[in-house]
Amino acid sequence: MQALHQKAKELLESGKVQVIIGYGDGSGDRVRPVFISKAESASDLIWDDRCRQNLAVYLNKPEIKKLGVPAIVATPVVVKTIIQLISENQLKSSNIVVLVVDNDVVSELTDNASLEAYSAGHPVVFPPFVVKEIKDIAEMSIQQRNKYWQDELSRCFKCYACRAACPLCYCERCLTDNNQPQWVCVASHAQGNFEWHINRAMHLAGRCVECGSCTIACPVGIPIGLLTIEASRIVKQEFGQEPGLHCDADSAMSSFKVEDTETFIK
Amino acid sequence: MSMQQRVIQHENLLKFLGEIISSGKQLYAPQKKAEKTYFLPASDVHSIVFDYIQTAESPKELLFPKTERMLSYEQVDGKLKMIDHAEGEIFPERVLFGSHPCDAVALKTLTDFFRHDVPDAFTQKRQDSLTVISVSCIKADDNCFCTSVGTSPGDTEGSDILLTPIGNAKYYVEVMTEKGQSLFAAHEKYFENSDIISKDKYLTKMSEVFSSSEVTARLSKAFDHPIWSDASLRCLGCGACAYVCPVCSCFDIQDEGTDKKGDRLRCWDSCGFSLFTLHTSGHNPRKNQSDRWRQRVMHKFSYMPERYELLGCVGCGRCSRACPADMNIKEQLKEITEKIEG
Amino acid sequence: MENNFEPKIVAFVCNWCTYAGADLTGTSRIKYATNVRIIRFPCTGRIDYNLLLKAFAQGADGVIVSGCHPNDCHYTSGNFHARRRWIVFKQMMEYMGIDMRRVKFSWVSAAEGAKWADIVNTTVNEIRELGPSQEYLEMSRQGVA
Repeated sequence: MQALHQKAKELLESGKVQVIIGYGDGSGDRVRPVFISKAESASDLIWDDRCRQNLAVYLNKPEIKKLGVPAIVATPVVVKTIIQLISENQLKSSNIVVLVVDNDVVSELTDNASLEAYSAGHPVVFPPFVVKEIKDIAEMSIQQRNKYWQDELSRCFKCYACRAACPLCYCERCLTDNNQPQWVCVASHAQGNFEWHINRAMHLAGRCVECGSCTIACPVGIPIGLLTIEASRIVKQEFGQEPGLHCDADSAMSSFKVEDTETFIK
Repeated sequence: MSMQQRVIQHENLLKFLGEIISSGKQLYAPQKKAEKTYFLPASDVHSIVFDYIQTAESPKELLFPKTERMLSYEQVDGKLKMIDHAEGEIFPERVLFGSHPCDAVALKTLTDFFRHDVPDAFTQKRQDSLTVISVSCIKADDNCFCTSVGTSPGDTEGSDILLTPIGNAKYYVEVMTEKGQSLFAAHEKYFENSDIISKDKYLTKMSEVFSSSEVTARLSKAFDHPIWSDASLRCLGCGACAYVCPVCSCFDIQDEGTDKKGDRLRCWDSCGFSLFTLHTSGHNPRKNQSDRWRQRVMHKFSYMPERYELLGCVGCGRCSRACPADMNIKEQLKEITEKIEG
Repeated sequence: MENNFEPKIVAFVCNWCTYAGADLTGTSRIKYATNVRIIRFPCTGRIDYNLLLKAFAQGADGVIVSGCHPNDCHYTSGNFHARRRWIVFKQMMEYMGIDMRRVKFSWVSAAEGAKWADIVNTTVNEIRELGPSQEYLEMSRQGVA
C-alpha cells in the first residue's frame, strides 16, 4: 500500500488531480469509498481483497465532479467500466487518472490505449459460486427458471440499490421513474418486479462489465447480477461484442450488422 | 396488565409455536433464505432459526406491506363495483415470533405514527390482529445501538410476550399485554411457574454511544451545517436504508388498471430518491444527495420527536448493514453530537 | 372447455410493409381470423419490448410483431435494430422463465397479403392450443397484501 500512498500524495501535491477516489477504512471489517483531497490524508487509502465495490459509479456523480479532476483507484473491472463509459461518451480518459495496483506497483493509466491494454490483460474471473449459479440456471427447464426467478424476485422491494450501485446506470431520468407512460409498474408486486428487472437487463445488455456491484448491493440477496451477465452473454454469443474492451466500440444494442442471424422470425 | 412470570423450555417453545400454526394462525418467524434471515411464514417450527443477530428485513411488512391494495373497482354488467379493502377485508390473525426488542418498539412507533392524525385503518387492523413474541438480545454486533436511542436489549415495550434466553435451553417469559395473555392462556401447559428473575445478567451489554436527545437538540441548529455534504459524498441515493428500516413509513399511492378493472395500491417510497420530491415543474427542493441524507436524519431525530413525540430510530442497525456504500448511521449520529455545537 | 376460447391477439406492425400487407389481405378478399387487433407503428424500430409486456398485462393471449423484411426498411435500418432487440429480448424472457410461444415475430411485405393471413391464422390456432394467457396476468396479483 506504500506505493499507492506515495503516488496519491504526489498526484495531490503536484495539483495534477484534486481528489483521489479510493477505498478507506469502513465500519467493522468493511472498507468504504473515500474521497481524498488532502495530500496528508493519502495514507488513509486501503488496497486489499475487500476492495470490491465498483468506484466508477462516483465518476459521474455531480457532487464528486465538483471536487475537481479525479484519480481513481481501480480494480480490473473498474478499468473495464471506465472503457465502457468512454465508449459511451460519458468520460474522457484525458480528464481522469486511473491508478492500478499490481503487486504493490502502482501504474497510471492516462490514455485509451493503456486502459485497453490493461483491460485485455485482466479478464473478469467469476468467483466459483457465480459459476455454479450460472450453470445451475442453464440446466433448468423454462418452468423451473420461471419458478426460480419468481421466487428470487418476490423479495425485491424496489429500493433500486442495484441501479444506484451500477456505474453504467447513469441516466439522469431512469425509464422506471417515468409515469407518462408508466412503463414499469411502481408497485413491487410480481409484475412490477419482473418489469423492472427485465428492463434493467435489457438496458445493460452488451454493456454490463460483470463487476457484481448490483448483487453485492442488493439488501435482500437476490443474485440480480446474473440477469445482466446473461444479457451480455447473449450479446456476445449472437453479435460477438464484448463490453469494456475498446474505447471506440459501438454500443451493441444501438448498432447492427446486416448479417445478424436468428431462426425465429418467420 | 399485571405481569406474569414463567419459564419455558426450548423444546416446549417449539411445541408452543407448532400449536400456534396448527390453531390456524399465521406464524411469522425468522428463517434462512439465501444466507440471510427473514421473518417468513412458518409451516414447520424446525425451520425457525434462533441464532441470529438481526434479520435482513424488518417486520414492518406485517403492519405496512411493501405493496398494499387499498381500493379496487370493477365493471360488472355495466355497473361499477367498488371495494374498500379497509372495510371489507378480514385481516388474518398473526403471530410474530423472534423479533428483538428494537423491532417490537418499532412496531409500536409505526402504529402510533399511523394514528397520529387520521387513524389509518390498514395498519390499525393489522396491529389489532398481530401478537408479538419477542426474544431479548443475548448478543449484538457493532451496528446495534439500541441503548443510544432509548431502548435496550431486554426492553418489553411493544412486545406482547418477551422471552429472555437464560441458558440451559430455557427462556424467562414476561407476558406484557392482554393479547399476550390470551395467547399464553391458550397454551399454558408449555410454561412453568417461576420467580421474578433479574434478566439483566443474561442480556448483551451495550454501552450508549450518543444520546438521542442530544442529537435532537443539535439538529435544531444544523440545517445548513457542512456535515451533510461531507457525510453523504459516498451515498448512492438508493432506498435500501429506508426499506430495511423498521420505522421508515413513506409511501406512494399508485393506481393500476384499465377502464374495466383496477386497484389503488400503497407502495413503499424513500426520501433517498431524487424523484421523491421532484415537482411537475422540474424543480426539486431536495436537489442534492446531501439534502436527502439530511432529510433522512432530520426526519428521524428532529421532526418526528418534535411533531409526534416519537423517535424515528430504534437502533437495529439494519440500514448500516444493508448500505452498499457503508453509510453508518451510528457513526454519523455520534459525529453529529461531536461536531455540531450544542 | 377450451373449444370456445377465442384468443385475443395484438399485432404490432410497421406502417410501410406489414400494415400495407394486411391491407392487401383485405383488398384481395382473403379471409382470416378476426382475433387480431392491429396497432400501426412508423417502424419496427419503434416497437419497444415494453409494449409487448403491456399487451400481456392488459390481457392479450398472444402478440404478433411484424415489419419490413431486412434491407426493405423505409428508414433503411429500423428493422435491423429491431431484430437485435428481439434476439436479446426473446432469450432474456426465456431466461427469466416466460413462455415465448405466445409471441410471433415475422417479416411481411406490402405484397404479402397471403402471408399475413397465414401468420394470423397460424398464430390464432397455436394460441388456441395454448389456452388463455394466465402467467403474466397472475403476476400483477402476486405479492400484493
